Amino acid sequence: MASSLFLSGVGAAYGAVRVLEDVTLEVKPGETVALLGTNGNGKSTLIKCIMGIVRPVSGSIAAEIDGKRHELVGMSTEAIVDLGIALVPEGRRLFPKLTVEENLLLGAFRPLARARLKQNLAYCLEAFPRLAERRKQLAGSMSGGEQQMLALARALMSAPRILLVDEPSVGLAPLLVRHTIDKIKELKDSYQLTVLMAEQNFTQAIRIADRGYVIVHGKIAFAGNSAQELNDNELIRKFYLGM
Amino acid sequence: MRPLTFWLVAIAVGAAFFGLSLLAPNQYYFQAGYVVLQYIVLATAWNILGGYTGYVNFGVAAFFALGAYSTVALYKLLPLPLPLLVLIGGVVSGVVGLGMGYLTLRLRGAFFSIATLALAVVMETLITNWDYVGGSRGAYILRPAQVPLLGNYIVYLFLVMLALAVIAIGIARSIERSRLGFGFAAIRDDEQAAEAAGVPTLRLKLVATTLSGALMGMAGAPLPYYVTYLDPASGFNLAYAVNSIAMPLIGGTTSWVGPLIGAIFLGTVQQLATVTISSALNLLIVGLLLVGFVVIAPNGIVGLVASLRAAMRARGVHRQWKRASREPLPRESPR
Repeated sequence: MASSLFLSGVGAAYGAVRVLEDVTLEVKPGETVALLGTNGNGKSTLIKCIMGIVRPVSGSIAAEIDGKRHELVGMSTEAIVDLGIALVPEGRRLFPKLTVEENLLLGAFRPLARARLKQNLAYCLEAFPRLAERRKQLAGSMSGGEQQMLALARALMSAPRILLVDEPSVGLAPLLVRHTIDKIKELKDSYQLTVLMAEQNFTQAIRIADRGYVIVHGKIAFAGNSAQELNDNELIRKFYLGM
Repeated sequence: MRPLTFWLVAIAVGAAFFGLSLLAPNQYYFQAGYVVLQYIVLATAWNILGGYTGYVNFGVAAFFALGAYSTVALYKLLPLPLPLLVLIGGVVSGVVGLGMGYLTLRLRGAFFSIATLALAVVMETLITNWDYVGGSRGAYILRPAQVPLLGNYIVYLFLVMLALAVIAIGIARSIERSRLGFGFAAIRDDEQAAEAAGVPTLRLKLVATTLSGALMGMAGAPLPYYVTYLDPASGFNLAYAVNSIAMPLIGGTTSWVGPLIGAIFLGTVQQLATVTISSALNLLIVGLLLVGFVVIAPNGIVGLVASLRAAMRARGVHRQWKRASREPLPRESPR
């Protein structure tokens, strides 16, 4: 059974600065949805709201996981991870002084994930053979592309149903961006994940996205019902995505 | 080494050390040894929070003195055996550690450290104004001169502190090799990432403050029996905080060995300075050593040894390579 995500009227602020206003969006079961927008428009804040790292001031966030609906606002981050929602944070945020394997084990800290630890570790190392070679290497000593793979693998260690990816392209060479985006698609297909991906690299994100939202100054400026629709909208491309 | 094996080895080493100490020519060695052991406990306790999770606690004296003052309070109420007092001191300081954690762990970096420093000041003020435990006048404790089996009471105090040191090191080592230790290391490396990965960071930090506080309190509980006169100024002395931070930093903060080495090294040097020159020199020694280590070995003695070993290995590889390059290349045999 697949899982989905519903946000309605979400507002968030850092002190007096309003970052999100009345954001309503939906990620349907098995979809890959792109959250597009340039720097400083609230993409990461939105992702953080879903994970319970930033508490929204208004609106509701709900996730339906394997047919059961959960209200996420007010839950702690670790409880949200436990439900089956995992985050690949912006800039990877690995534990640089721990080994690859230790990083992966930390992705499965919660009791639910720990029960299937061996299985998940085997499947992560199978999906990312490069990491298997480097199990004992310090995460901080790997290349940017490898670190991004590790960040993805770490998120998979909690055996998620919904995967949130925040700016997978940050700090990567164009070729590696392409590779990372392909990998997300591959993982989504093989594990039937529901994916919400915040990204400013429009062309790359749109390659794997089923739909997309363009977020501008904390508001949803445009909701494209298909990748084609986003691609064809000249105004959006020009003014909001700078293409 | 498996955890059980380590515990057994630690206990055996402790017992052997005690057996050896009985050969000491006079009581002074127990007096001095007690202080060094006390610092092993304090440094190890500090390192559980400061080294493993990266939260620098300047309030060591508060936890230490609370353990000591809980002994003073109980001494006036009803006499209890020393091990029980140690346990109670640990509980009191552990609860305060938990409370402090709950109030301050949303602060990070320097802000957390300042809050712990403030805690020490608040506690000292409270104790100074609490008449029952002597207030600013201080309190006298009468200790028995002799203990059955061991003889002089100082030997008994020494033994209790030795047992505490073994326990503290055993706990620190078990944490290091456990899931808890991984969680602590994740918090130290990148707390927000740890949280996003599903590590229950607040709960882990509370475990660290409680454990760390409890061990400090346990180290402080026998203090009134050791000094026989305790006043707030000496119980809450800043030197406890400075030493407990300097020792892990000098030894190395990422493993249990660091605080142990640091405490033995610095503690012994201070004791030697006290008998040969003056105890007033102690803080100066700490300061100079700290500056020296920050410059020469920022990862402490443990880090220095590790990097020296890596350098030796690299030299070995280099030598091998040079030898290999001098030999003529094997020629392909004609077919």
